[in-house]
Amino acid sequence: MGTLLFFVFVLSIFLGLELISKVPSQLHSPLMSGSNAISGITIVAALVSTGLDDGSRLTTLLGFLALVLATVNVVGGYLVTDRMLAMFKKKDSKEAPR
Amino acid sequence: MNRASLVESAYIASAVLFIIGLKMLASARTAKRGNLVSAVAMLIAIVATLWVRGIVSYPLILAGLAIGGAIGAVAARRVEMTAMPQMVAVLNGFGGLASLLVGWAEYHRALHVLPGSAALSVPTMVSTYLAVLIGGVTFTGSLVAYAKLAEKIDGRPILFRGQKPINAALLAASLLILVVGSLAPGSTYGLFLLAVGLSFVLGILAVIPIGGADMPVVISLLNSYSGLAACAAGFIIANTVLIVAGCLVGASGLILTQIMCKAMNRSLSNVLFSGFGAAKGPQAGEGEKREVHPISAEDAYYLLESARSVVVVPGYGMAVAQAQHVVRELGDLLESKGCEVKYAIHPVAGRMPGHMNVLLAEANVSYDKLVEPGDVNPLMAAVDVVLVIGANDVVNPAAKEDPSSPIFGMPVIHADEAKACIVLKRSMASGFAGIENPLFFKENTRMLFGDAKATVAALVSQLKETE
Repeated sequence: MGTLLFFVFVLSIFLGLELISKVPSQLHSPLMSGSNAISGITIVAALVSTGLDDGSRLTTLLGFLALVLATVNVVGGYLVTDRMLAMFKKKDSKEAPR
Repeated sequence: MNRASLVESAYIASAVLFIIGLKMLASARTAKRGNLVSAVAMLIAIVATLWVRGIVSYPLILAGLAIGGAIGAVAARRVEMTAMPQMVAVLNGFGGLASLLVGWAEYHRALHVLPGSAALSVPTMVSTYLAVLIGGVTFTGSLVAYAKLAEKIDGRPILFRGQKPINAALLAASLLILVVGSLAPGSTYGLFLLAVGLSFVLGILAVIPIGGADMPVVISLLNSYSGLAACAAGFIIANTVLIVAGCLVGASGLILTQIMCKAMNRSLSNVLFSGFGAAKGPQAGEGEKREVHPISAEDAYYLLESARSVVVVPGYGMAVAQAQHVVRELGDLLESKGCEVKYAIHPVAGRMPGHMNVLLAEANVSYDKLVEPGDVNPLMAAVDVVLVIGANDVVNPAAKEDPSSPIFGMPVIHADEAKACIVLKRSMASGFAGIENPLFFKENTRMLFGDAKATVAALVSQLKETE
């Protein structure tokens, strides 16, 4: 399992570097905040830490804190990115009829 | 299909959607949908995880999601576009801290609840320490970046004697703890907590020597770290979607970092370690006394009024003065008089990558009017007036003329080559990089002192009067 995960890791790094090698500067901010929201994927780990009832208060507490923080990251990140992109979009639709 | 393979299939779907979403996010036409696709991927991953065997504390989970979701939604709605860099820094820090806490929770579980299990294997422990160290650095580093961006603390680099050796020693100590703690996981809770503390200190020390003008690089890099921390958390709980998504963020953050460094013609290590812009005091006093040519708003109006082509160069000062809306109004008025208006955006203008693009988009400037330095520079000699609004280092001609300048070689906007250049500035204080700007003393440069918003508003009302 360990080596398999490492295999996934290495491939994903290369995939990431290939995927977005060229970004127009207009999209630098949304790309940053959008990928910031994706980094909130740690919410999955937080769910596991919170949800497994192992009788330890500390793991539950730590997991819960992680869950709240990761949720702020995810929800805030996606909404802020959407707000930014909506501003870019607006003029697109205004220009279209011209 | 049993439950476990159902969850795994959902994770695969989620990972694929993350990849597609990120790809779409990097292209103007599809960016908004891309963000949505990636949000759906996140939702799938979350819902699937609720199905994982052994998850029981649903009320607690719902409470956590509700609290975090409410905070995130309110913050995202309320935040001003000018405060976006701070917002991104804080969100980033939260993600990093979450990964650290997950590492801690799983370490505690393995040590006290399931002792002797495979959870204490060397690879898992290495991942745990990495999640904690990277997550902790991301957290406090982002908080310092936030404080600098929100001007809660001085944006200048904070340097002290022995800074580099101390940082290097702390980093070495962290790595040593990682090795020792991973090899002997059972007996080392104190060591683990020491790693948590060290990561916090390291994050602070790593960011305080970096100046405000270099924040676009720092934010991009911290963004990358938060992804890598999530990735490490993925190794702890052996979860592929965390690893894939974390890596994608790590890679995209690195690419942005690289773009920012290139735009300043500096290496990453130079940005991180040189304490750039810390030098204070008069670098200008090279014997010759040079004078600037101040100009009144009225005279500036006459210059603009007769111009056939104007290039606006916005910088962080425009964001501080919240002047983007009046600037757009000024642009519209000039255009209605038959003048061609373009906005030249330097990639590192402002405090985060693409900062100026976001602000001008907020003010409804159409993005086909935004041009990059490389496109506008060759045509500069034909431009009647360049209007520099709160930008400094990105128009500094020393970058191309003076090999002794600290920013020599940085690609800049050649504002000095236009027929006339009006610089809107609060005072003669030097920019964040602390470097004298020869543009201000050029024969065809006029300095228009005052608050950018008030000054541009004055120009707008003058132009309106003559309509």
